[in-house]
Amino acid sequence: MNTGDEMLVASTTYQEPLIRRVEVSASLAAEAATTVEREIKIATSHVSISYGEKVAVRDVSLQIQDRSIMALIGPSGSGKSTFLRCFNRMNDLIPGARVEGEVSLDGENVTDPDVSVVELRRRVGMVFQRPNPFPMSIYENVAYGPRRRGLNDRGKLEELVETSLKRAALWDEVKDDLRRKSGLALSGGQQQRLCIARVLATEPEVILMDEPASALDPVSTLRIEELMRELREAYTIVIVTHNMQQAARVSDVTAFFTMAEDRAGYLVEVGPTGQIFTRPNERLTEDYISGRFG
Amino acid sequence: MTATATSAGSGSRGPAPSLRHRPSGGSILADRAATVVLWGTGVFVLLLLGAIILHFAMAAWGVVSLSFVLDDPSDAALGGIMPVLWNSVYMLALTMLIAVPVGILGGIYMSEYAGDNAVTSAIRFAEEAISSVPSIVVGLFGLILFVDNFHMGFTALGGALALTLFNLPLMTRLSEQALRAVPQDERSASLALGATKWQTIRHVVLPLAIPGLVTGVILTAGRVFGEAAVLLFTSGIGTPAHYDFANLDLTNPASPWSPFRPATTLSVYIWKLQSEGLGAFKNQIVDGSAAILISMVLVFNLGARLVGRLLTRKLTAA
Repeated sequence: MNTGDEMLVASTTYQEPLIRRVEVSASLAAEAATTVEREIKIATSHVSISYGEKVAVRDVSLQIQDRSIMALIGPSGSGKSTFLRCFNRMNDLIPGARVEGEVSLDGENVTDPDVSVVELRRRVGMVFQRPNPFPMSIYENVAYGPRRRGLNDRGKLEELVETSLKRAALWDEVKDDLRRKSGLALSGGQQQRLCIARVLATEPEVILMDEPASALDPVSTLRIEELMRELREAYTIVIVTHNMQQAARVSDVTAFFTMAEDRAGYLVEVGPTGQIFTRPNERLTEDYISGRFG
Repeated sequence: MTATATSAGSGSRGPAPSLRHRPSGGSILADRAATVVLWGTGVFVLLLLGAIILHFAMAAWGVVSLSFVLDDPSDAALGGIMPVLWNSVYMLALTMLIAVPVGILGGIYMSEYAGDNAVTSAIRFAEEAISSVPSIVVGLFGLILFVDNFHMGFTALGGALALTLFNLPLMTRLSEQALRAVPQDERSASLALGATKWQTIRHVVLPLAIPGLVTGVILTAGRVFGEAAVLLFTSGIGTPAHYDFANLDLTNPASPWSPFRPATTLSVYIWKLQSEGLGAFKNQIVDGSAAILISMVLVFNLGARLVGRLLTRKLTAA
């Protein structure tokens, strides 16, 4: 009964803004393109990524502005996720993966072997496709990152856990059994917000999201999207999504990837989201967003 | 009913088969047979275990008492098994002290650091090969290496080292499997939060692998409790008369705490009595000892699971 009521409330509150937000984001994007010149947070220059012989991503150069949301869209296998993972060097974990070109965070090349991946990943957090909270209490999930950084002060930890959960819009739902309830006992949508809170607790500057809502129901998806719009005030967000409405709703800038003849992913075009979805420069983009392929 | 269903389904598919219609012949028969065979096997194994326990419980009835457990052996009367029981516990502790940490560290290396290559597959092959070497051969090897070459004589330490040799490959292999069974997602989540590789292993992988690690510990412990052949030639088969637990001098072979003394375990004691015992109470002592041995294994298994559960809770909440 209770869940039914919640669903009803949720659907009335969230559906309406959804339609408005498309327009808002389009106008925001247009504004970003014309007037607001923000600092460049991430820039890639001629980035190619390969696994052994197979080239997964070829020659991608783009720039991501500070405190904006960039969506990476494109068909499966176009290398979006692989590309996303070069920002926090998660590709390092895959044996045989090789990244060429330059990826810079605040002007500093992160592909440099001297760069500390531990420090990099604290500044560039990541939310995965499937919610993956640790099988620990909610509190311990959020405290995980700060603890590993050496923060053991109980008061500071508690404060950080609370602010992170509040920012991830989960606090009210979990505040009564933070320590008793396992992160795995939450619903899918709550788990994903917990994962976002867990990332926020490491106080990152950039948040990478790899199809963060693809395993969630529509209501949870909208909550995540709403959350992303709020987080945009303070963080740079890069999101990979298969859902084009989602890209249109949340992002300021959209980059469209597709596959070449040899199945290597490449960047077709990047531009303000409003423009990409209304008058793209490339025929391939237009075909994709109008559903003619992919 | 059938008529409406058909017309509703319509089209050119013809009449829909009734839901009560059973698929013909082979498949249903194989399904039934599988159910029966699998249930049968399960029940058979349970019955077997029950029969063994029941047999020794009945045989040991009237033999096992507090004094049987706590007294020294006696030539004339039933006596007790205190010294050999102590040796079993002692050997278990000594062996696990070496085999468990080394086995888990080896498992961590194999699962998290070594990767898949020719060297690691050679190691895995060696692990399996050593595990399947007959234990009497391991005992002989221990005799040559520890007792003779190292001039240790028959000692608990020599026995424990031989048992370690025998069990370490299994412990390593099971640890590796337990660690590998932890989903990659958990590692990625931890690393993406800026944890180092060791922090990830220590705080995520190991706690999640504990149930599997406990299985490894239990299987290894079972082999230590039950092993006689390895120990015959390494820790000796002399029946100890009496232990003075007040003697805490570890270097004194007379102290039951010392690893540098012969130590006949319960299993070896059973083997010895059964094969060459002459006393009037031989059969009762063997039955009673077997019942105690089974109970010890049972208690240890339950205890290990309990400790594992507590450990998981502690590690995931710190």
